[in-house]
Amino acid sequence: MHEPKIIAFFCNWCTYTAADLAGVSRMSYAPNVRIIRVMCSGRVDPELVIKAFDLGADGVLIGGCHPGDCHYQNGNHKTLRRYILLKRLLSQMGIEPERLRLEWISASEGEKVRRVCNEFTEQIRGLGPLRREVKNGG
Amino acid sequence: MADKPWVAFYWCASCGGCEEAVVDIAEKILDVVEAVNIGFWPVALDFKREDVESRPDGFFVASFVNGAVRTSEQEEMVKLLRKKSRLIFAFGSCSHLGGIPGLANLYSREEIFDYVYRKSPSTENPGETLPAENSRENGNELHLPEFYDRVYSLDQVIPVDYYIPGCAPPPDIVMNALEALLEGKLPDKGAVLSPNKALCSTCPLNETKPEKLLIRELKRPHEFQADPEKCFLTQGLLCMGPATRTGCGERCIRAGMPCRGCFGPLDNALDQGLSMLSALASILDFTPQEKEELERVLGACPDPAGTLYRFSLPSSILKGKRRL
Repeated sequence: MHEPKIIAFFCNWCTYTAADLAGVSRMSYAPNVRIIRVMCSGRVDPELVIKAFDLGADGVLIGGCHPGDCHYQNGNHKTLRRYILLKRLLSQMGIEPERLRLEWISASEGEKVRRVCNEFTEQIRGLGPLRREVKNGG
Repeated sequence: MADKPWVAFYWCASCGGCEEAVVDIAEKILDVVEAVNIGFWPVALDFKREDVESRPDGFFVASFVNGAVRTSEQEEMVKLLRKKSRLIFAFGSCSHLGGIPGLANLYSREEIFDYVYRKSPSTENPGETLPAENSRENGNELHLPEFYDRVYSLDQVIPVDYYIPGCAPPPDIVMNALEALLEGKLPDKGAVLSPNKALCSTCPLNETKPEKLLIRELKRPHEFQADPEKCFLTQGLLCMGPATRTGCGERCIRAGMPCRGCFGPLDNALDQGLSMLSALASILDFTPQEKEELERVLGACPDPAGTLYRFSLPSSILKGKRRL
């Protein structure tokens, strides 16, 4: 069976701390998710997301603070706007928009990290591997 | 004649505008012809492939290649020119980034043939004839170059030494490149021969841009009469200025049109379209509670890929649409 590879960009102040909490609470969840800590979800440049897909990720998960809770006031507002724009671009580029997911997870929501990682892994498993680049001539 | 350096010009998948751009240097072309011998320029003069093949390797001091690479013939020719030239200049957006022909990377070869030779309203092709690499007609064998499944920028096919950006490159950029070549003042290899600054930094409308640029709507150029003396982004027009290299002389801006991005990304940007997407996300003034409103406003940009990657799709990170 295809094991999906998922790259997760979690913000330092909320979602990464929540993932830490899930860890110390000894919760277990899908090992398909590779977490990368960033200072703010607003730091997740669209280039990072697309680069992840290009390098073989089947899904990309972005975790940030709930609106209003951003450590930098409104970094996550920008994340949401980028995410909406990126989804529109992804569908044109032949990548199912569902392969990109944005979740607001606060530092106390370890359980939500577990649930979202499991759900997303199953969803990506259902979509199957991402189409690879077609090589021909040139 | 003997000690003058030899140069070559060639075109691949392009519109011919870049050939015009060479002539656009006007009377200065006489200085160029004074300083070099043109050993290959099939568009303007009667040259054949043998005129390149018969030369020793590294014979041409420089070859200027415009157009993207789409067919086996183009690949063969640029590989030949690479062998015969000391320097290769990618000339114009198509060869630099893939250009407008590169938007074909949103479709497969089959989809393109199907539309062009079957479905397009102006096509009459009762026999449903499609171009074939090998065919027979009246007992003669006919060969056509292979049409690849996607479009390549020049540096995806051969190593490129310098890039002359623009659709088409403006005369001063072309002249500066030629002078740098002749005077031995070229920068390090791999350079794009235009300033590494965003168009906004030299834009004549920059001073009309507010300190904090925020917009609540997007408009399309044909929908209203834009004020030609006010930053187009503040008017809701998608101007590629923030993500595009300058050096073009702001030709479009001065003609009342927002930048379309033909000079490509700055040196430190991996992907011009994504840089612009990021810039756009920063200036769209919508809170998370206004998500639906934002979705509605984005309806004014029905083709994000075609807009953000108008000139740079083949050289973007994804290079085109992912297909099975």
